[in-house]
Amino acid sequence: MATPTLDKVEAESAASPYITVTLRIRRFNPEVSDEAQWQDFRIEIDPKERVLDALHKVKWDIDGTLTFRRSCAHGICGSDAMRINGKNRLACKTLIKDVNPEKPITVEAIKGLTVLKDLVVDMDPFFQAYRDVMPFLITKGNEPTRERLQSPEDRERFDDTTKCILCAACTSSCPVFWNDGQYFGPAAIVNAHRFIFDSRDEGGEQRLEILNDRDGVWRCRTTFNCTDACPRGIEVTKAIQEVKRALITRRF
Amino acid sequence: MQIHKYDTVIVGAGGAGMRAAIESTKRSRTAVLTKLYPTRSHTGAAQGGMAAALANVEEDNWEWHTFDTIKGGDYLVDQDAAEILAKEAIDAVLDLEKMGLPFGRTPKGEIDQRRFGGHTRNHGEAPVRRACYSGDRTGHMILQTLYQNCVKEGVEFFNEFYVLDQLVVEEDGVKKSAGVVAYELATGEIHVFQAKSVIYASGGTGKFFKVTSNAHTLTGDGQAACYRRGLPLEDMEFFQFHPTGIWRMGILLTEGARGEGGILRNKDGERFMEKYAPVMKDLASRDVVSRSIYTEIREGRGCGPEGDHVYLDLTHLPPEQLDAKLPDITEFARTYLGIEPYTDPIPIQPTAHYAMGGIPTNVEGEVLADNTTVVPGLYAAGEVACVSVHGANRLGTNSLLDINVFGRRSGIAAAEYSAKHDFVELPENPAQMVEDQVERLLTSTGTERVATLRLELQECMDANVMVFRTEQTIKTAVDKIAELRERYLNVSVQDKGKRFNTDLLEAIELGNLLDLAEVMATSALARKESRGGHYREDFPNRDDVNFMRHTMAYREVSADGTESIRLDYKPVVQTRYQPMERKY
Repeated sequence: MATPTLDKVEAESAASPYITVTLRIRRFNPEVSDEAQWQDFRIEIDPKERVLDALHKVKWDIDGTLTFRRSCAHGICGSDAMRINGKNRLACKTLIKDVNPEKPITVEAIKGLTVLKDLVVDMDPFFQAYRDVMPFLITKGNEPTRERLQSPEDRERFDDTTKCILCAACTSSCPVFWNDGQYFGPAAIVNAHRFIFDSRDEGGEQRLEILNDRDGVWRCRTTFNCTDACPRGIEVTKAIQEVKRALITRRF
Repeated sequence: MQIHKYDTVIVGAGGAGMRAAIESTKRSRTAVLTKLYPTRSHTGAAQGGMAAALANVEEDNWEWHTFDTIKGGDYLVDQDAAEILAKEAIDAVLDLEKMGLPFGRTPKGEIDQRRFGGHTRNHGEAPVRRACYSGDRTGHMILQTLYQNCVKEGVEFFNEFYVLDQLVVEEDGVKKSAGVVAYELATGEIHVFQAKSVIYASGGTGKFFKVTSNAHTLTGDGQAACYRRGLPLEDMEFFQFHPTGIWRMGILLTEGARGEGGILRNKDGERFMEKYAPVMKDLASRDVVSRSIYTEIREGRGCGPEGDHVYLDLTHLPPEQLDAKLPDITEFARTYLGIEPYTDPIPIQPTAHYAMGGIPTNVEGEVLADNTTVVPGLYAAGEVACVSVHGANRLGTNSLLDINVFGRRSGIAAAEYSAKHDFVELPENPAQMVEDQVERLLTSTGTERVATLRLELQECMDANVMVFRTEQTIKTAVDKIAELRERYLNVSVQDKGKRFNTDLLEAIELGNLLDLAEVMATSALARKESRGGHYREDFPNRDDVNFMRHTMAYREVSADGTESIRLDYKPVVQTRYQPMERKY
């Protein structure tokens, strides 16, 4: 067997990696002003670092009042969804080199949810929509002593939508949601899908009725913004289409 | 200031907190205070699996699991607790399945299981498939499933509430819990939660290291709140360094990668673990593998121009297997390193991962005020606690198990306690300490910056109390931490506002990290032996005569206000396993 080598990466790491970039951040703090405004920060950063690292450099070295949510810093917790150069992304999964550092990198709060301070939005309506679709396994008695059986194929059927981290990147990229906050939005539908297509679940009819509502799946205009925005690579639009189809055929 | 009254208050909404909440909400009026939205908790970053001797794919039993846990913990495990962990593991997994957790399945439709480090058949004969998993997203699925069931049960959450003080009242010479004090991030308001029982489930403290798999928010808040009120911390010198963190970043790459057949290699391409662990090889326990990696690096067989890492090689595994079983970690390699794991090995180094030590509890989750006395109404579960089921080194997949078994136990015990007892009267000015702390930081005109001190702390910890320790390195750390604690008094924040003041909270979190780092280094200095995750080059052997006992660290404040740490020791509970030499 050939000995693995890794010359590419190591050759790159030898030279000084730092470049200067401009972060153009949408600032808002109602304790200071009712108006939001753009503010530029120039920082030195390795382009292989994350936009989150750049935000930390600003907060830690320049301006401690800059406010954003973050936790795990590697795309698992879903805290740091924001609009970076006009696209919804997780700041911790977006490398500087991938967002054209030659030009100012714009960072602003996700759209459609009320901005509370800088990049922090009110997540409560988002989680309310999630709770409204009954996002838990519903079964009717006769629990087996051991685990319920589920074939690998049945398990695979809903695998894609189990990946959701509730970051709201999809919902806040949806033009329908921007115009009408009553719409459940893609994330809630993704989480309904996760149960509707789980062979163990017996609450599919109830969830479908909820999503048959005027603010349910029929509001979707299949613009695919949500699929593009999902940092977990979930085929969100496809999941919504599958829920629509299930509503028509009542087969799932 | 607002005052709330609940039967049961749970601090933290990761796996342990939410598992506890599901039980306690059914039995008592419960509030969950969490500094993050529940689904942001770091349980979600756990990857590889949850151990339980289901024996779905090969012969296994909970007694073998108990033995592996005790041996893995280098005989510092309390053996009665390990028995409970292994025995209740089976129901813990089945409960999660019934709650809806989408486990990976065998062709027969049962829960599938995979190999993991230190888990063996018949007391060390060979690796056994014991880890129940869902791809490399097991923690994510547990966190989501528990949150879903909290929604179902109507659990009441206070999101973005930071618990900053534990109210301890002495009645008739007995320390009792009266409640907690919390800071609401959105408004800056301080809330007192009076509660008959309180459960800490606030997670670990890994952010005092620089290279760590831990989230930014893991700053030991629960441990610090209890410690400052005179309660002990147990075995804080034992910290786990996970062998496979992404080089320099520390992002976790699951041990499941080696469970699926991945191999560690040095710069010569040699499978070096064969030298250090002839039977278990790459699946030896984490402390053993991390030491082996650093031994390779120190002896000049590390990879890269600086020879400061080794490789995790998955290139011999079929791409379909990587896609099905390890989708997230292969994506991490692509995203953060620009490496294709199908064809290239992944540069890795050990990463600070898990605190074996914490708030001492018994097997019901009741917090101890000393070696034997329980604090009525106070509970802890998960990484914040030390039962101790992990002893000197935790086995992989035993933490997702721990949070479920002891989260459930403490949720039930706390709610039952609430049902039988009345509120303890709040102390006078219950929010005083927190109000003073917040006021001091907001009005400080000091010149020290939080980020600077934190980075100095992290670099000091990485350099001096990581995988290899000596008296000299630990003393260096103790001195440096003392200096940083002094400078911390002169720290100031730029954000003086009330709304979402994360600048202020980062300053408070740094204070917690400094306190806990001091406890860790002080405990490590006194433990003149090597055991599990605590390796002293100047005392390379395990010393069962003098040190088969738990460290108990207490904060002491003298009459003139000077603080110090008093160390005491607590015996290990032994049932039927005699300490043996530990080989893999």
